[in-house]
Amino acid sequence: MRLALAGVSHHRAPLELRERVAVDIATAGALARELSSRHGGEYETVVLSTCNRTELYLAADDEESLAEHADRALLSLAGPAAETLAPVAYRLADESAALHLFRVAAGLDSMVPGEGEILGQVREAFEAGAPGPLLDRVFRMALHAGRRARVETAIGESPASIPAAAAALAQQVFDRLDGRRVVLVGAGRMSELTARNLRSRGAAVTVVLNRTLERAQSLATELGARAASLEELAGSLADADVVVASTSAPGLILSADELAATVRARRGRPLLLVDLAVPRDVDPAFAAIDGCFVYDLDDLEGIVSASLAGRRSEAIEAERIVGEEAERFRAWQASLAVVPAIASLRARAEEIRAAELARMEARLGRLPESDREAVDTVTAQIVNKLLHLPTVRMKEAAVTPDGVLYADVVRHLFGLGEESEA
Amino acid sequence: MAELLVWPVLIAYGEATVAYAGELRGPGRYGRFGIWGVRIGWLAQTALLVVQALSAEGFPWGTWAGALNLLSWLVVSAYLVWGCQPRYRLVGLGVMPVAAGLLVLAWAGGGTGVDEAAGDGWAPAVHAGLMLAGFASFTLAAATALLYLYEDRRLTRRDTGLLRLRLPSLEGLERLSVRAAYAGLALLSGGIVAGLAWLDVDGLDAAMSVTVAIWVFYGLALLLRREAGLQGRRLAWALVAGAVLVAVVLPLTHFAS
Repeated sequence: MRLALAGVSHHRAPLELRERVAVDIATAGALARELSSRHGGEYETVVLSTCNRTELYLAADDEESLAEHADRALLSLAGPAAETLAPVAYRLADESAALHLFRVAAGLDSMVPGEGEILGQVREAFEAGAPGPLLDRVFRMALHAGRRARVETAIGESPASIPAAAAALAQQVFDRLDGRRVVLVGAGRMSELTARNLRSRGAAVTVVLNRTLERAQSLATELGARAASLEELAGSLADADVVVASTSAPGLILSADELAATVRARRGRPLLLVDLAVPRDVDPAFAAIDGCFVYDLDDLEGIVSASLAGRRSEAIEAERIVGEEAERFRAWQASLAVVPAIASLRARAEEIRAAELARMEARLGRLPESDREAVDTVTAQIVNKLLHLPTVRMKEAAVTPDGVLYADVVRHLFGLGEESEA
Repeated sequence: MAELLVWPVLIAYGEATVAYAGELRGPGRYGRFGIWGVRIGWLAQTALLVVQALSAEGFPWGTWAGALNLLSWLVVSAYLVWGCQPRYRLVGLGVMPVAAGLLVLAWAGGGTGVDEAAGDGWAPAVHAGLMLAGFASFTLAAATALLYLYEDRRLTRRDTGLLRLRLPSLEGLERLSVRAAYAGLALLSGGIVAGLAWLDVDGLDAAMSVTVAIWVFYGLALLLRREAGLQGRRLAWALVAGAVLVAVVLPLTHFAS
């Protein structure tokens, strides 16, 4: 069986091109089934479409034009932009295509190495598509490789964005965030994203403080919080665990001169102040107070950079895992080449056994039924035992460069296929 | 036989200490080696204690060096309760050097050998065992508090590698150190009661005064935490100070003579 892949990704195609060929999961599934049925169900097809890539995986029995079909199907998705897309699209076949999918599933081909969503997207595409024996095997191995990369390395553990870094910091201070109170100061996009990230980890946004109450109100409604004006800041600090500030004010909103007494009254109870504003909203002097931790945009960017560097170093280990899985796939695929020879050999042996038993029928027919069954079982066992080692050896040899020679030698020695030719 | 067992213990604890230090450089790589060092060392030290117990007539850890040997084992035992969990594994950064140091002192003072004439009955054994278990808990509390102070410092200084080398969270560390201190206080209370009940107490000597002072110190710290909100760095420093008090004053008063 052959495997072909045609695709575009963030490596070479800009967003304007990627969005031309991007499809949602329902469309991807429908497209896969349509491509499969167009070829009488002989093509196995899976369409993987994410923000960063659209890829078509096709598999079929010795189909020379498989790659061409995959390419044509991809370009047809782009419509009038097909000509622009063609030079940036990539085409891979067999082992290279499988290795590429394994890397994708492990997050090694993502913009941010090890990003968490891709594994789920690969699974969804596989489940929605029209896989057969080959694609089923390739996608299952890819999912296994992706899981191994995440379990055996720390590639997906550290945060890759500023909101995620802020939320991870909160966990580093408070452990679990269930029931932790978050106060938003300013209703900007960054504070919203950070608040959502904190909420996804169990924290509760209690109040959104903003200069204009209307803007605070809409965000507060979305986050299940209360909206209030900035005058309530001091009161909100008393029982907050995390404060996320991102106003566009020209000066400090949380001044240590005015609010230090409120924070000191917490008696060392931890308070994380996340300042996402430029110019800064939070007085750095708060950091001198016991239990008070202040992080501004530069600090968070530094943490994200260090995390990404860590992910890149973990990627080396993840590449090794992907390599192992690719090797397993290669061995499996190579074993397919000798399967016909093994099947012919076994069929030939069974044919001889059955013929010999038939020839002896006149004498065996006089035996009781139980003895005839015993003769049948014994001869079958002899054939199986004789063929077991050659079968194992042929499968082992299949992964070596001259593995196919073994199959040819077996065919020649046992005259397999000669009768059918005759 | 007993002396021979000291070396595998020391090597294993040393390996664990180095592995945990290596964890600072390559997070996730060396921690597993560390915990296996602790486990193997603990098993070897358990064997050492068993040999000592079987060879002696009574309680074999009555000397200051013997007590340190038992204390070291108790500290590691207490750590193993939490330390096997990956999240708390790095508490070993604070615990294992202390445990190894205690064992070295015990070995230097002859506390890892066999004293066939040692001990005089089960009452002192129960008393000393409870006291040492209490001090082991205080040591664990202090080691965890030290780790708290280290993590607090990293957070305050906005260390960019904070999320690469993940120590337990600040609140997790505080919770652990407070639990260890509570356990220590309960065990120490049990030890004091056992001593008063079973031993011939003739007035309040220096050792007893210091023991009571330690009990009051920890009791007060935990009471202030509960009633007056003593927490964070101040509580961590208090727990470290308590352990220093135990480590410095108690041997002087107990074993000076």
